[in-house]
Amino acid sequence: MPANHGHGHVHPVNFDPTVSEPDRYQPSAAEGRAYRIGIGGPVGSGKTALVAALCRALGSELNLAVVTNDIYTTEDADFLRRAGVLDVDRIEAVQTGACPHTAIRDDITANLDAVERLEERFPGLELVIIESGGDNLTAVFSRGLADSQIFVVDVAGGDKVPRKGGPGVTTADLLVINKVDIAHLVGADLGVMTSDAHRMRGDLPVIAQSLVDTPDAPGVAAWVRKQLCP
Amino acid sequence: MHVVSLLLADSRFPGGAHIHSGGLEEAVARKLVTAERDLPGFLHGRLWTAGSPAACFAAASAHAAARSVHKGYWSRLDAELDARTPSFAQREASRAQGRGTARAGRVAWRSPVIADLLAVTARPHHPVITGALAGVAGGTPRDAALAVAYLAISGPASAAVRLLGFDPLTVNGMVAALGPELEAVADAAAAVAGVDPAELPGTGAPALDLLAEAHLRQHKEEVRLFAS
Repeated sequence: MPANHGHGHVHPVNFDPTVSEPDRYQPSAAEGRAYRIGIGGPVGSGKTALVAALCRALGSELNLAVVTNDIYTTEDADFLRRAGVLDVDRIEAVQTGACPHTAIRDDITANLDAVERLEERFPGLELVIIESGGDNLTAVFSRGLADSQIFVVDVAGGDKVPRKGGPGVTTADLLVINKVDIAHLVGADLGVMTSDAHRMRGDLPVIAQSLVDTPDAPGVAAWVRKQLCP
Repeated sequence: MHVVSLLLADSRFPGGAHIHSGGLEEAVARKLVTAERDLPGFLHGRLWTAGSPAACFAAASAHAAARSVHKGYWSRLDAELDARTPSFAQREASRAQGRGTARAGRVAWRSPVIADLLAVTARPHHPVITGALAGVAGGTPRDAALAVAYLAISGPASAAVRLLGFDPLTVNGMVAALGPELEAVADAAAAVAGVDPAELPGTGAPALDLLAEAHLRQHKEEVRLFAS
């Protein structure tokens, strides 16, 4: 059922579940606080590596901090510390009570608390990157927590993933297909993945990348800069 | 029962309670709770130790909020509950949930009484803010007490399902079986709602205090999934 379907009025949203549309609302941060970007996606797709890459790329030009939600939170925090891309003080780890999707979507209290602690510690904070715990394809960030969100999948997770859809793939502001350098080793057809992704997402952007080939994630970093200064 | 109690006691209420296990995760780690048969005893103990005084403070807070008390009352209630919570970890868990409840509650029930309470402390104790929200929304002290008493056991019950894979239907049955005791706790709390804060009961929960302290200490070595 198209939004305008010939009986004299227009629906504000499209009720056809097979049609994906971009989020109708411009991502925007509330006055006087840091812009918040959520990074979600399945376990092992490279969320933490992308966070590290963004810190490397943007750390010198932006006042930024990170909140991590992984089940083994300290492991992700340790990864970022070892990567040496961000001061330890700029990383907050939250516990999710064994429900990572609840903590970024239904009850965002623990994440809001972590963001507020960072904002108190670093006045003038411009960007907070919130990394979700590894989850399934239906997990998305609440708009109350993230101003915009990136969903990360990888070629090793199977080239059928974009086709399966789910709110992560269809509605995230940016879809990243990660680890493209190993596509040939795991028998993934990158062409199928990207064309499926574009078909599922309509006009929403898709970036295929390899952090081995480009450790600073230039495509994603450029997208983040555009969110901050539209 | 006023609808505000249903909202406050609902596990879908977005106040941050879902990341707290009420000591259950530590009890599981120490093999104090390993099978379904261990859970009713834990829940019963938690209701009458931690749950009962929390219900009394919630009732007192609802009673006070409905009467738009002076700001000074909130400082005293806050201090009295601190005094009855010897464990630092327990005080932190209560205030973390209180802050989350306040954030969600401020949006749902706007009131100068809540503003007064939050001016005294931005991180109020969970029973105090929950009771105050119930009070300003029109709930009785007993409604507030029942919601807080229920939360004292529904949190650990849900944590047991998540951590040990217990049958959720069986666990729900265990919570339902505590119904008469929940009512009794709420009745007792409502009976003291109007007393001076210094006279409110202070039932101790040494075992839960120790579990909470151990949980916090352990988290620094080996990650715990719940905040408490």
